[in-house]
Amino acid sequence: MENIVQKINNLTIGFTSQKGEQISILKNISTSINKGETVGIVGESGSGKSTLALAMMGYVKHGLYTISGECLYHSNNLLDMNNRDLENIRGRKIAMIPQNAGQALTPNLKIGYQIDEALKLHTDFKKEDRDKKISELLNKVRLPSPEIMAQRYPHELSGGQQQRVAVAMALAGNPEILLLDEPTTGLDVTTQAHVLELLNVIAKDTGTSMVYVSHDLGAIARVSDRVIVMYSGEIVLDGPVRGILKNPIHPYTFGLLKSIPKLTSPGLPNSMSGSQPQPGIIKSGCSFFDRCNFAEDQCKSNTPDLEYLSDIKTSVRCFKYRDLINMKETKNDKIRSLNNNILENEILNISEVSITYAKQKFLEQLLNKTEDSNPTVKDINININKGETLALVGESGSGKSTILKSIAGLLKTKDGIIKFDKDIVLSNDLKKRDPANLRAIQLIFQNPDESLNPNHTVEEIVSQPLKLYFGLSGSELKQKIIEVLDKVRLGEFYLTRYPRQLSGGEKQRVAVARAFAAKPDIILCDEVTSALDVSVQAAVLNLLQELKEDFGTTYIFVSHDLAVVRAISDRVAVLYQGRLCEIGPSKHVYELPSHPYTEVLLGAVLEPDPDIKPKLVAEDIVEEKPPEQGCSFQGRCPRILGDICKKEVPPWQMGENGNSIRCHIKVDDLKKQQTIN
Amino acid sequence: MFLLVIKRIFLGLITLFIVSLITFVGVEILPGDACTTYLEREAYGAALEACYERLGLNIPSYERYISWALGVFQGDFGYSLSGEMKINDVLGPRVKNSMVLASASIFIGIPIALLLGIITALWRDKLPDIIISTITIFSMTIPEFISATLLILIVAIWLEWLPGIVIVPTGASISELLPNIILPVIAISMIMTAHMARMVRSSVIQVMASDYVQMAILKGVPYWKMVFKHVLPNALLPAINVVALTIAWLLGGVVVTEVVFNYPGLGRLVIESISNRDLPVVQALAIILASIYVTINLIADLMTLILNPRLKSLQIKK
Amino acid sequence: MENVEQKQKSIFQKVFEIIKTMASKPSGLIGLIILSFHVLLALTSPFYVPYDYKAIDPSLMLQAPSSEYWFGTDSLGRDVFTRTILGGRTALTVTFFGSLIALIWGGSLGIFCGLVGGKIDDVVMRIIDAFLSIPWILAMLLIVSLLGTTTIVLIPALGFFYGKGIVRVARAATHDVIAKDFIVSARARGHSNLSIIWNEILPNVRDAIMVEGAMRWSWMLLGFSSLSFLGFGVSPPTPDWGLMISNARGLMSFAYWAVLAPIFGLSSLIIGINLTADAFAKALGIDRSTKAPV
Ligand code: SF4
Ligand code: SF4
Repeated sequence: MENIVQKINNLTIGFTSQKGEQISILKNISTSINKGETVGIVGESGSGKSTLALAMMGYVKHGLYTISGECLYHSNNLLDMNNRDLENIRGRKIAMIPQNAGQALTPNLKIGYQIDEALKLHTDFKKEDRDKKISELLNKVRLPSPEIMAQRYPHELSGGQQQRVAVAMALAGNPEILLLDEPTTGLDVTTQAHVLELLNVIAKDTGTSMVYVSHDLGAIARVSDRVIVMYSGEIVLDGPVRGILKNPIHPYTFGLLKSIPKLTSPGLPNSMSGSQPQPGIIKSGCSFFDRCNFAEDQCKSNTPDLEYLSDIKTSVRCFKYRDLINMKETKNDKIRSLNNNILENEILNISEVSITYAKQKFLEQLLNKTEDSNPTVKDINININKGETLALVGESGSGKSTILKSIAGLLKTKDGIIKFDKDIVLSNDLKKRDPANLRAIQLIFQNPDESLNPNHTVEEIVSQPLKLYFGLSGSELKQKIIEVLDKVRLGEFYLTRYPRQLSGGEKQRVAVARAFAAKPDIILCDEVTSALDVSVQAAVLNLLQELKEDFGTTYIFVSHDLAVVRAISDRVAVLYQGRLCEIGPSKHVYELPSHPYTEVLLGAVLEPDPDIKPKLVAEDIVEEKPPEQGCSFQGRCPRILGDICKKEVPPWQMGENGNSIRCHIKVDDLKKQQTIN
Repeated sequence: MFLLVIKRIFLGLITLFIVSLITFVGVEILPGDACTTYLEREAYGAALEACYERLGLNIPSYERYISWALGVFQGDFGYSLSGEMKINDVLGPRVKNSMVLASASIFIGIPIALLLGIITALWRDKLPDIIISTITIFSMTIPEFISATLLILIVAIWLEWLPGIVIVPTGASISELLPNIILPVIAISMIMTAHMARMVRSSVIQVMASDYVQMAILKGVPYWKMVFKHVLPNALLPAINVVALTIAWLLGGVVVTEVVFNYPGLGRLVIESISNRDLPVVQALAIILASIYVTINLIADLMTLILNPRLKSLQIKK
Repeated sequence: MENVEQKQKSIFQKVFEIIKTMASKPSGLIGLIILSFHVLLALTSPFYVPYDYKAIDPSLMLQAPSSEYWFGTDSLGRDVFTRTILGGRTALTVTFFGSLIALIWGGSLGIFCGLVGGKIDDVVMRIIDAFLSIPWILAMLLIVSLLGTTTIVLIPALGFFYGKGIVRVARAATHDVIAKDFIVSARARGHSNLSIIWNEILPNVRDAIMVEGAMRWSWMLLGFSSLSFLGFGVSPPTPDWGLMISNARGLMSFAYWAVLAPIFGLSSLIIGINLTADAFAKALGIDRSTKAPV
């Protein structure tokens, strides 16, 4: 057992509720980490994965405490060690790379100082050596010009750069174990892929053990050798990555994998019902019982143990894993294809729209700054037919949400016309729009915590559009509310609930109900699934699709997640820095030849499959502003032609299958080049 | 950065301008004017005319405002009604005396407040916090005139340790003032210190709960080093502005305390001039007190600007 | 009809629940007890005071506490106990209605500023800032000395000066709320501004404003009694703690009781209100310790 660097035995961590009950966040966790191994810990929010990661550093958050068990680092229990000893282990033996580096770097201290601090604490280097080492570390995490970087404050860096600094800081002490807590969540797709690649290289170079905590099976698949799946504070599955992702023998993992939309298999994924229970609710039996498709009677009363199967080196917590072992093929069964009834008539026409986001400051007005000649969003031409689902994709700063807001009238356009139903011109001033047109376009937002008034009951929330547009009241109103809620599969007893009493998925259903209550023609969906857990996301996507098929609604669907977009949309428009790059039927946009940016995006998508590697073709630079002239993608384009891209706005070219690409490279040439690699 | 500083100063001046307008207009629209209120019953006929003449009250009000404001801008507040003295001469020594009192309270109060705030935050919910927090709540709520009266009763009358009432002439030097001001300083700084301590406490607690402090712990930074390097700079920065507001608030307390101790400062002048209905002096006092307030806030703003790396980098980027 | 009744019931229930949570911590419970004791006293004391509060009797001057005169007598021979239990009535009434006025005008102006933003907001906040920079005591003294010390003057004047801080709080709270997506969503649906204020904003800023109002109450009490201490509050012979302290102060080396009794009355009321306000804030989930006392 020389190989084991960290071992966790029967660890239970919890808190005491206001009623005085002891509630466990982690239940009886036992596992171990081997030398040089990368272990992925995957689970949804509230599964206890972060608490576990922190416990592995001997850290328990304010309010939580260890109920039983131990967490051994080379036979020392970190959880009852004194602070002095812990300080010698933290950062030196076990280092952490935090979830949100932007908030985890101390704002008043320079990058160089923060790395130096770690070096001073954990190495015996002299001052000059440390300076050299800082540059070396910053180089290692591939940050440009390390000397300048070291003089910067955290807020002067982009998200990806901050994350790299955090990695450099963690490497400073040459640790034996690296703990990574959702290190790429919140980063853009391409940045995420780059950071993961970096971590892979580091793991190989240094031989450190890594523990990678994430909700994202795609990221886990990229980096780990072994995966631990957590559900409701328990380990439900623990084994080699390939086995777990290819043949998951626990019903939760099985369902989870099926509910993730994949680029390789278009159409809507299967959804899982319900959501993870709150800690403390399940008293006996299997914690997955309520949502399990394989459950039988004994699961309700008896709690399954974690059983080790030596033939596949996997531990599983389920009575019925044998049924799953024999179910070899898990892919592609029962994926719903879209069944949209797209009519010929155009419902929305966006032509030549440009939007300036930056408001002019008073001071700038005084200094006579001329009008913005380089608007945030420019030259947008899109038409949408009735019944269609059009998706806008792009990374942060691509202007996709901005366009959505101006369709809704929330942001004034600078130029261009938005026409509804062929000939109604929508004013760019919300107040001047006709109520009937306002009703026709409804919005669903990313985060239901923000989009639902916390002081209103579900009844009040859903009644708003009904009262406003249809003047309903009394029993008629109530009847209608119940009807609408029923459509989103929420029962009558939800009427008196407040948003805080609902789960994330339920809240988003209420938001969907509110939008549909207005009987809209078009619904604008702004990242509607990105705040949701994976297992809930599929359910919401399916619901949206069903409602659409029932009502013939048109969707404009904004997302950064290419797989989700692939699953739900008929047509896709790809945006970079507020300019369209490519637009066309989903199927063909996702196929080559593509616009170079689409190619970069597609290459960076992480699939929950260890055999599919992302292709990193472009640097993950963050651009603050679109270039003044020429192609919007010139700053990062791997296929850039030279001057022509920098000076001239590229022309639209028709691809073979109805997708238009905006690039100076001929479509045929693109095809040739792209198929070669 | 430079522009920001200019902007802050400019805003401060605007505030002062509005204050001068408010006091002027306020005095104008309230019934009676300087002469009628001052002369009271004799306010008729020749006496009133003479008074009007002397104060120039018979010219239109906006002209009066302009000439008054111009005078104030040059540091000339005109004449008081009662003593027919130049207001500047009346104010001079009073301002000095009040400054001594206020700055003594500030210099004693701020360090104590910081210390108490930090201690209560670091030992949150432990015994030191519970004891100190209870004391601060009490001293925060008791009005100055009560604590001052109690101090006199206990320290001066019962224990006879210190003089209870200040018996010095207005023009006394600082060394003459010294034993006398101990009790007033305690009375004034009690409320202020308690307020600031509470604010520092919650600010430190907030920072202690931040991701970057957790990160510093996980990096293995020793506790006290973490407190001084990672916590305090970030916790005290936002506290600066709040402290400034507290100091400005203290001005009101100074007035009351000065009366209790019979201290020859601005506070007593406020009461005297109002009792005497000496409106020009009241106006002058309003402007002076407001400029102190504005200056303190300006200093706090500038300090934040200088110390905050976020704002510092503005100049790098632009 | 049915609906309305349900709603009202739930408001009572809510109030009850809030009071229950307030009383669940010892400090909140103590605050509530002190406060209700004072309110009760103020409402009923005229019916059972032992002596006439304005009966002057030189022969009884400065008597030490005895079984007859529990808290002794003052320099005019009046019973201190009688005057002490009556001494909070004016203060409580004036400051209660004063805070109410402060709450209403401060709250509505604050919400308005937070909502409209831009230039109007800038100008209004500048003016508020200017008002803030005149020490309240100076402004109050000026008003009172020119307009007199009747309650009719004191209530709106105090209400005005203590409402300034509420404007800031209400504005900040409105600013926070207004960026939220549910407001955006209501705007996109085309609700009128009034309906957005009433339905979406008000329920979300109400708590913060009410807590601020409760807090103002204790500060206003402090201010009011300072005024009457300085001789600009209640006119004699009406019993008032601030005035009593001021009058008895000169003779406290002989008759400390005449000073201690009103000090005790005033301090306990202020502490009571403060503890209650604190507990109220905690019950509503608002942290008030970060706010500046302006
Ligand atoms: S034990 Fe039963 S309920 Fe739990 S996962 Fe297995 S089959 Fe499902
Ligand atoms: S136009 Fe030029 S820079 Fe733009 S995508 Fe095409 S090749 Fe790249």
